[in-house]
Amino acid sequence: MNLFLAMLPTIMTAATPLLLAAVGELVVERSGVLNLGVEGMMIIGAVTAFAGAQATGSPYAGMVCGILAGAAFSLLFGFLTLTLVANQVATGLSLTILGLGLSGMIGDSFVGTPGIQMGALPIPGLAEIPVVGPILFSHDLIFYLSILLVIAVHWFLFRTRTGLELRSIGDNHDSAHALGMGVIRVRYLAVMFGGACAGLAGAQLSLVYTPQWTENMTAGRGWIALALVVFASWRPVWVLVGAYLFGAVSIGQFNAQAFGFGIPSQFLSSMPYLATVVVLVLISRNRRLTLMNTPACLGKPFVPDR
Amino acid sequence: MASSSSTGDAALLSTEGLTKSFGSFKACDGIDLSIAGGEIHALLGENGAGKSTLVKMLFGVLEPSAGAIRWRGDPVAIRSPAAARRTGIGMVFQHFSLFEALTVAENIALSLDDAVPIERIAKEAARLSREYGLPLDPNAHVADLSVGERQRIEIVRTLLQKPELIILDEPTSVLTPQEADRLFETLEQLRGEGRAILYISHRLEEVRRICDRATVLRHGKVTGACDPRRETVGSLAGMMVGGEVEGIADSGLSPGEAVLVETRALSVPAQTPFSISLEDVTLAVRSGEILAIAGVAGNGQSELFDVLSGETLVADAAAVRIDGRDAGRLSISARRLLGAGFVPEERNGHGAVGSLALSQNVMLSRHASDSRAYLAGGPVRMLKEGSVRETARRIVAAMDVRKSGEDPQASSLSGGNLQKFIVGRELDRKPRVLVVNQPTWGVDAGAAARIRQALIERAREGAAVLVISQDLDEIFEIATRIAVISGGRLSKAEPSATMTRERIGRLMGGIQGVDEGTELADAS
Amino acid sequence: MRLEIERRATRSSLYAALSPFIALALTVVAGGIMFAALGKDPFSALYSFFIAPLTSAWSLNQLAIKSAPLILIAVGLSVCFSSRNWNIGAEGQFIAGALMGSILPVMAPDWTSPLLLPIILVLGMVGGALYAAIPAILKAEFNANEILSSLMLVYVAQLFLDWTVRGPWRDPQGFNFPQTIQFSDSATLPPIYAGGAAHWGFVFALVAAVVTWFMLRRTLKGFEIRVLGESSRAGRFAGFSSRRMVYFSFLFSGALAGLAGICEVSGAINQLQPVISPGYGFTAIIVAFLGRLNPLSIVVAGLVLGLTYLGGEAAQITIGLSEKVARVFQGFLLFFVLGCDTLILYRIRLVSSRRASGEEAAQ
Repeated sequence: MNLFLAMLPTIMTAATPLLLAAVGELVVERSGVLNLGVEGMMIIGAVTAFAGAQATGSPYAGMVCGILAGAAFSLLFGFLTLTLVANQVATGLSLTILGLGLSGMIGDSFVGTPGIQMGALPIPGLAEIPVVGPILFSHDLIFYLSILLVIAVHWFLFRTRTGLELRSIGDNHDSAHALGMGVIRVRYLAVMFGGACAGLAGAQLSLVYTPQWTENMTAGRGWIALALVVFASWRPVWVLVGAYLFGAVSIGQFNAQAFGFGIPSQFLSSMPYLATVVVLVLISRNRRLTLMNTPACLGKPFVPDR
Repeated sequence: MASSSSTGDAALLSTEGLTKSFGSFKACDGIDLSIAGGEIHALLGENGAGKSTLVKMLFGVLEPSAGAIRWRGDPVAIRSPAAARRTGIGMVFQHFSLFEALTVAENIALSLDDAVPIERIAKEAARLSREYGLPLDPNAHVADLSVGERQRIEIVRTLLQKPELIILDEPTSVLTPQEADRLFETLEQLRGEGRAILYISHRLEEVRRICDRATVLRHGKVTGACDPRRETVGSLAGMMVGGEVEGIADSGLSPGEAVLVETRALSVPAQTPFSISLEDVTLAVRSGEILAIAGVAGNGQSELFDVLSGETLVADAAAVRIDGRDAGRLSISARRLLGAGFVPEERNGHGAVGSLALSQNVMLSRHASDSRAYLAGGPVRMLKEGSVRETARRIVAAMDVRKSGEDPQASSLSGGNLQKFIVGRELDRKPRVLVVNQPTWGVDAGAAARIRQALIERAREGAAVLVISQDLDEIFEIATRIAVISGGRLSKAEPSATMTRERIGRLMGGIQGVDEGTELADAS
Repeated sequence: MRLEIERRATRSSLYAALSPFIALALTVVAGGIMFAALGKDPFSALYSFFIAPLTSAWSLNQLAIKSAPLILIAVGLSVCFSSRNWNIGAEGQFIAGALMGSILPVMAPDWTSPLLLPIILVLGMVGGALYAAIPAILKAEFNANEILSSLMLVYVAQLFLDWTVRGPWRDPQGFNFPQTIQFSDSATLPPIYAGGAAHWGFVFALVAAVVTWFMLRRTLKGFEIRVLGESSRAGRFAGFSSRRMVYFSFLFSGALAGLAGICEVSGAINQLQPVISPGYGFTAIIVAFLGRLNPLSIVVAGLVLGLTYLGGEAAQITIGLSEKVARVFQGFLLFFVLGCDTLILYRIRLVSSRRASGEEAAQ
């Protein structure tokens, strides 16, 4: 039990990038767009945040750079799929390929450079509470942001008029268009929000989780985030649950590696990926559930009559 | 009330030379129209005449290429549906612009331009639905509602905006006769309040019944304006299609003895959350007859079609029989080899693939039944494109399919021509069993007559023909016997000579109630 | 000003032919701008990237070596993507094929037989196909998204390969380097011509392309693939099964990816190492789209993308750029290809924000 409590803060730190990227993608998918470029936007966010922090000396400036870079990079996807109606699956893949390439090129000179870590910001008063305080209230800024974001996205989707419009566009873009909603405008904004979240997730990796730059440092987290959205059946609170479960799996395997147990480290390292597949299968088996929850227009091209 | 005025100055809304071009094609060409308050104005025309394009321009969904729209005599540019609503125009769409995943109240909220709290909307909607006799539960999810209920949402949310002009696009095409009657009552109430109603339809009987004036469109142009109550169905139809419609000679079919297609106590659970389960469906079609299955959309028609065609297999092989053999476990190709042909409701993406050439669409349903003619090279199964093209040419000639180019993409054909091709593709094989779902849905009158004639001829040559249709006129025109499907149950088939529209209407409202002799006031 | 697109009545065959070339031209322009931004002379950089590698026999051989896996994998993917099965785990299937094909050369290095090489190649194909069968089963039987499952399996395969070459299959005389023993001569895929470097994998790629092209364009199977790709509903109406197509397309592309993997190991690297692919499985996705899923065009596209690998290496040596530039080029290329393909189905117009018809109506 004590071991678990000790692991909790690291689990939360490991879960935060997954949570951020998945919540962003959830909004994108709720609007009816499937952006498979999460991994690419994330790694662009990671390298830009690292570079920004190096240039300014401030991890917070770096974080802002990461967010902006993620959003800007997602615009490429938006332009191709929303304005030029290109295939969303293929465009998302190309965003990932381009992101991995660009980040490798930009980050080439940073390899081996010590990073600037974003320190913890204990919340005065709350952080002193025994047991709970150190676990919940002694984290970095991005952690707090990730929790606020989940609450904000839930409120936005289910309590605001604009959120209702966004959901309706994902359900039936032709009807939404007929009612006079700006389908493409809303989708652009959703895609950019998703990009910003992925960028922030990347920033967390290169500023908090492992404050340094290594090539391909996202290591498939963008893809796991995509799976989390399916796992959560497009509900923000369930994304939180899923992200923390995955955080536990990846920290668990690290600890198992430390203890040895005689299991090759490579097998333990595959656990998060295999867990993703297993979870995906368990959720998707229930065709009825997936069919009811999937935004009906997900991935479908929209060309308005004019 | 009647046709109070046809001059522009008293008109609520008028158009002058309104035109919409798509490339070189003019969907609407110089339309002049005027609608006054307190009238129900019919907009008549065949499919493709330009009715929908016209109203989409009036509602700001499409942008006119030329011409002017005037509101109370002043020129207006209606750039979006929101602008239309602000002007005072409300619209009830043919294909409802509803969101299945949302609740009734959320759907209504979306059509209002201001952010009004959901609770207020629910209350206001409840008041309106009481006032106009349109019962609705604001917290129900649209996915769970019937088509009639969905239309009520559309009407209530249009009324909430207090429009002066209400546009209804083919409102009765999805209703039972009884539901339609109630709609007419609501419309008359609205007219009494001095509102204008633009009523789009191709159903001449109901236009004659409730409309004060009519404007007729053909090929995107106005071809007539009249008082429909002074016209006959024949003269209205003449204006719509430009000349007399060729009537179909009395089918005069004489059924044989052999039952060629039947189902026995067929029950199939729903395949998806959005589909209907079939319960205890028993039917039999004999050689030389046409059995028509009437029903309101979404009552199990496509599920029944899928079970008959083999796109859905059933557990009990004997529940579906084709030409005297158990077919419930046979694939669609195997059923075709037994001599059956199938025409599904949806043309694009089911009966045909739009991006493939016509000749390739021949292969779609005939690669197995005509493998000797179309395939070569044994196990390699190479396509013999020459003979496939030859068949396509034969079908085009037999069904008078109009197309551009030698072997164009299926998507380039008009709906009517593609449907003629799809029906012709099956008839070309001279099937002993033909199952057709909505044979003339969205098809122009000329093509529809051609298709119906072909179905009758096929039956006369000894085939068993099963037609699933929502169009009662069509059913009475061609059927030997009529059954009604409702909620996944099928009524007993009755000879069309003794069947009445009124009885069909009651059966549409619920099979069990009618069979047990209970009075059903309406379908709600 | 805004962009408006309008669906064409029929697809434009003119743009279908032109769009890959427009995309290539745009990529070269974008690349030139990128080189200029990096402070290099764009023309000499582009020359050393795209032209110089074509000027020697040695580098032409290298081009064949790099293109072979790209073409083999992309040809398999063309079947997958045409039938709308998104297998993006070819990289994992490539590794699985390499591992399975290496069983005999690594575990029974002394066994020689004329049958050895064919057995190795077949085992490679089986390995790739089996690995591809996992996402296929998960999709067909459990409805699980194949994009995510096939991709996750790439990471698993990479880790598994890493374990094999560091653990059970490590060369005992290899000074602790993470690698297997060298393949024996009889287990090595020979060069196409004596003295050349390019191995038979390139020939296999050409054969696979021609055979697959024939299947897609001239046989009922190809028709089935196209119909199911357009609409599974229409496919069912035709009597084709989407479920069986999931298996067919995954096994087919997995086998070709596996063949590419074992050819790379047996023909080029000659042993297993922790990393045996510079992302061929992902780059092949670009190849498949650049070749517009037509196996014959894929041969050309594979050579173009193979060139970007060589160009990346050359650029590193001659002008001191990171070889990552190659991946950036590849990303650009796919973006432009997808963007230009819009022209095939749609007309694109620049429209001024003030609506022309609105003005007319107001007069």
